[in-house]
Amino acid sequence: MTLGSVPPKFKVSIDRDQCMDCGRCIENCSYGVYRREGDKILIESRKCTACLRCVAMCPRDAIDITEKPIDYRPHPVWTREAREDIINQARSGKIILSGMGNAKDLPIIYDRLLLDACQVTNPSIDPLREPMELRTYIGKKPSKIKFRKTESGDVELETKLAPNLKLDTPIMIGHMSFGAISLNSQLSMAKAVAETGTFMGTGEGGLHKKLYPYQDHMIVQVASGRFGVNIDYLERGAAIEIKIGQGAKPGIGGHLPGEKVNEEVSKTRMIPFGSDAISPAPHHDIYSIEDLVQLIRSLKEATEWKKPIFVKIAAVHNVASIAAGIARSSADAVVIDGFRGGTGAAPKVFRDNVGIPIEVAIASVDQKLREQGVRNEISIIASGGIRNSADLAKSIALGADSIYIGTAALVALGCRVCGNCYRNLCPWGIATQRPDLVSRLDPEVGAMQVSNLIHGWTLELSELMGAAGINSIESLRGNRDRLRGYMLDEGMLKILDVLPAGA
Amino acid sequence: MCGIIGFIDRTKSRMDGSSIKVALSLMNERGSGDGAGYAAYGIYPEYADCYALHVFFDNLTEPKKKVDELLHQWGEIVHQEEIPTTPQPGIKKVHIPWRYFFKPSENLMEGRVASENDVVMHIVMEVNATVKGATIFSSGKNMGVFKASGWPEDVANFYRIEDYKGYIWLAHNRYPTNSPGWWGGAHPFNLLNWSVVHNGEITSYGTNQRYVEEYGYKCTALTDTEVVAYLFDLLGRQHELSHEMVVKALAPPFWDDIDRMPAKEAELNKVIRLTYGSALMNGPFAIVVGTENGIVGFTDRIKLRPLVVGENGSKLYISSEEAAIRTLDPEVKNIYTPRAGEPIIGRFIE
Repeated sequence: MTLGSVPPKFKVSIDRDQCMDCGRCIENCSYGVYRREGDKILIESRKCTACLRCVAMCPRDAIDITEKPIDYRPHPVWTREAREDIINQARSGKIILSGMGNAKDLPIIYDRLLLDACQVTNPSIDPLREPMELRTYIGKKPSKIKFRKTESGDVELETKLAPNLKLDTPIMIGHMSFGAISLNSQLSMAKAVAETGTFMGTGEGGLHKKLYPYQDHMIVQVASGRFGVNIDYLERGAAIEIKIGQGAKPGIGGHLPGEKVNEEVSKTRMIPFGSDAISPAPHHDIYSIEDLVQLIRSLKEATEWKKPIFVKIAAVHNVASIAAGIARSSADAVVIDGFRGGTGAAPKVFRDNVGIPIEVAIASVDQKLREQGVRNEISIIASGGIRNSADLAKSIALGADSIYIGTAALVALGCRVCGNCYRNLCPWGIATQRPDLVSRLDPEVGAMQVSNLIHGWTLELSELMGAAGINSIESLRGNRDRLRGYMLDEGMLKILDVLPAGA
Repeated sequence: MCGIIGFIDRTKSRMDGSSIKVALSLMNERGSGDGAGYAAYGIYPEYADCYALHVFFDNLTEPKKKVDELLHQWGEIVHQEEIPTTPQPGIKKVHIPWRYFFKPSENLMEGRVASENDVVMHIVMEVNATVKGATIFSSGKNMGVFKASGWPEDVANFYRIEDYKGYIWLAHNRYPTNSPGWWGGAHPFNLLNWSVVHNGEITSYGTNQRYVEEYGYKCTALTDTEVVAYLFDLLGRQHELSHEMVVKALAPPFWDDIDRMPAKEAELNKVIRLTYGSALMNGPFAIVVGTENGIVGFTDRIKLRPLVVGENGSKLYISSEEAAIRTLDPEVKNIYTPRAGEPIIGRFIE
């Protein structure tokens, strides 16, 4: 072993004066940082992922975790990350795996977009006193209304609406499968979306029977592995989503490690116990847009044209034209997942380098659909790194109909974004199938936390809209006039079609 | 803050502009001297089948040459002249107001543009977006807009507004807050037979603008009201909705109210909201729109701007202030304030 080991990422220490030797840190750390030897708790810092479970559970605040206790000689090109990746690959000869979303320190466009508010010339609206409408319909809308004259000479509405999902707030939870995350995580989120009048995705993991009571709030997914898909599954969903790609890893498939495929997961996915579940990169029946059109129609036929069909794509360079193609199919919504989108596991080189930011993807897709006169044909759902209600408001102002959150919902369940989701060791009971860890997450408590988050963002969105003198979400949608760019270059402002601050 | 007036005589009996001028000046507290304007319908009976194109020219050489060329390309100029004006100390004549009486040529209407109205709309959008030094600010038949930067009485005297006789009058006293006070930014805003006077600020402008631009409208006036004229043209003319339906789309009932409606009515309102969500106008406004069939007045959904209605026989008055209506017609009866979003419609009696 000529390479030896790389320096530990974190240094864990216990303030022995504070420690009461209760052993909660040992019990809670699934990564094996702590162990007892005699009357002493010993620490193996190298195993620490900074999931902070021990810190959260320590009754005495005795634990301290510091980052990068030993650093390399500083170098602007050969960063710690660059060197460690090389060392690891020299050792393994393999692809480097990573979890969560893009971890590169690139500027976040949301943070450089500023929202507007009213002063003097138009009154802001107080959502506590006046109606504030966030109700959002996801699906095809007519481009114009038609009436016909009846025999008695009355005028009657001729236009019929396509099936739409009715959301009480424009926040949905994106697709995280049973397998990638625990059943208790899915149950928590399902209860939360049912309570807040919105929807969540099943991911490509089938629909566990414990989720049947919430099926009217579930969007079932058909992805390239077709795991868990049968007619019963399709019929139970409120909508069906065809997953083409994912922001964290555009252009490649998915991989659920066999460790996570226990009996329940195997039954729900309809795959053998303990086997790796590998979703291929493309759907093996979709090699062009016309094949997608056929799959959409097949799913619609199978469910008697009663359910909206979504198509999810990763935000890649040509996202606008792809979305316009999808708008011309029978699809009812397009989900665009930006390059900060999360994942249980993705090759690091994809996670950090492939795809484009969601902010520009929303702007260019909305623009293209309008240029082609098909904006009403399809709803736009944006996802990938949406962190708070301001990101939500800005997404809608750029042109999205609603958003998916993923990581934000997991953080509400306890996730500390340690990025080790693929190891089946999640100490918060979220990205794991180990029964002892899963039992740490109480679905009732989890549901309350997630619905609190959705409520909180909904209230903040209402306040932001009221301050801008807007009392209906339709009037925020695509209203880039109420955004200004700050420290964004001219090219970016042009793509976003947003004026600079001060203009 | 702005002051607006709408008037219609439903029997098409015409009235000259002198009393409108007095009533509008009465609301000078609502203006700032940065813009005023009038629209009158029924003023050009001798050219009733021509489009009356009112244009602001910066000079009569280069920009006018381009407009002339475009009009010759699309049809026939039946008559043209400078709009008669009288110099006013309060008005700096920065543009030359011109009028064309124009007939689109039928054999040219093919391809993307289909009807006479489409041709004229295309010409208006083309000139306003691409011809430097020319702005077409009025393009209807047998009607015209007269506007400038200045106080209402100065603008009226400048255009000799008392020389025009109309059965519909709109008037506007401007206090600009969200855009520069230039002649083209004064109200009424017009496209074809749609004219709009507006008191308020449209907080949904960006959404509405993106929506109408999908259909070939180009917003060039640097102010929000322009989009209202285009929304009426799109929904009222191109989508053939009745005035009531247009108002329902622009200022729809709240979902809570829709949920309580009988099934059929609820479905209609839901379809309208889903289809025309991007046309919904938000923010404070009181608006009067002049059309070829009459006038339509309405406010935003929570009525953040005043609107008063008065009637006297065949005459219907809409204004920001009761005093303006009483000045126009001391005998006025049945004065009331409409509910938020409720359309006030005055149509000609057939």
